[in-house]
Amino acid sequence: MITQTHYLALSAALFFLGVIGVLTRRNIIIILMSMELMLNAVNINLIAFSHQWQNIVGQVFAVFVICVAAAEAAVGLGIILAFYRNKETVNIDEMSLMRW
Amino acid sequence: MAEVITFYVLAALILGFAALVVTARSAVHSVLFLVADFLCVAVLYVVLQAQFLAVIQVLVYAGGIVVLYLFVVMLVNLKRPAEAYSDPNRLGRLGLAMSLAVVAELGAIAAYGWVKPDGPASTLDAANVEQIGMALYTDYLIPFEVASILLLVAMIGAIVLAKREM
Repeated sequence: MITQTHYLALSAALFFLGVIGVLTRRNIIIILMSMELMLNAVNINLIAFSHQWQNIVGQVFAVFVICVAAAEAAVGLGIILAFYRNKETVNIDEMSLMRW
Repeated sequence: MAEVITFYVLAALILGFAALVVTARSAVHSVLFLVADFLCVAVLYVVLQAQFLAVIQVLVYAGGIVVLYLFVVMLVNLKRPAEAYSDPNRLGRLGLAMSLAVVAELGAIAAYGWVKPDGPASTLDAANVEQIGMALYTDYLIPFEVASILLLVAMIGAIVLAKREM
């Protein structure tokens, strides 16, 4: 029998895999991908609760989360491209200046 | 029984692909594992009676966002590996805080499982899209419009950022 707890545990595990990615990788593209994993974990959580309480609102919020994820990806990748054009690197440790 | 097998297979695939995304050496491999991960999550949504979200997941994530990542990975053609100047000591304090957060989260999940709240009878059915549309265009109309403005601003911002001359 699969209960709500199973889905919550899966979501927590996925979220912390994303956190590990953000903390340990230095390539900013992979860091953004890890953030997408974390947003996906949140969506699993929302939809699992929507399933348990048989309430559609959780799925509506998951739509909003996907919308924000798309906006974040577009702007984040634009920033990465602009940065790469100036500094020829995507290492986040070298991104310490506001201007140069 | 089928439900249990489906869940564990999907969970193993999702977590396995996520681990590969985080650990893959090459960014291109990372992106491809990310596609596989999103598709597995979409199947999980179908199991949870969220068919509309599953379709959106495949279209927007696997079809749109990941292609954007792939474009950037191909554009950013690195001459030296990005991980060259990594300092492992820097992570100590953050790692401690995150492991405390993991413990707190696991405790909260265990407590939730202990209480075992019962859900109401099934009202989510095949008319999933209809229900979501009804909620979006009545109760959540203002957030919906704000989300569309957010997407417009993000679109303009991405175009401005990616232009050759600022």
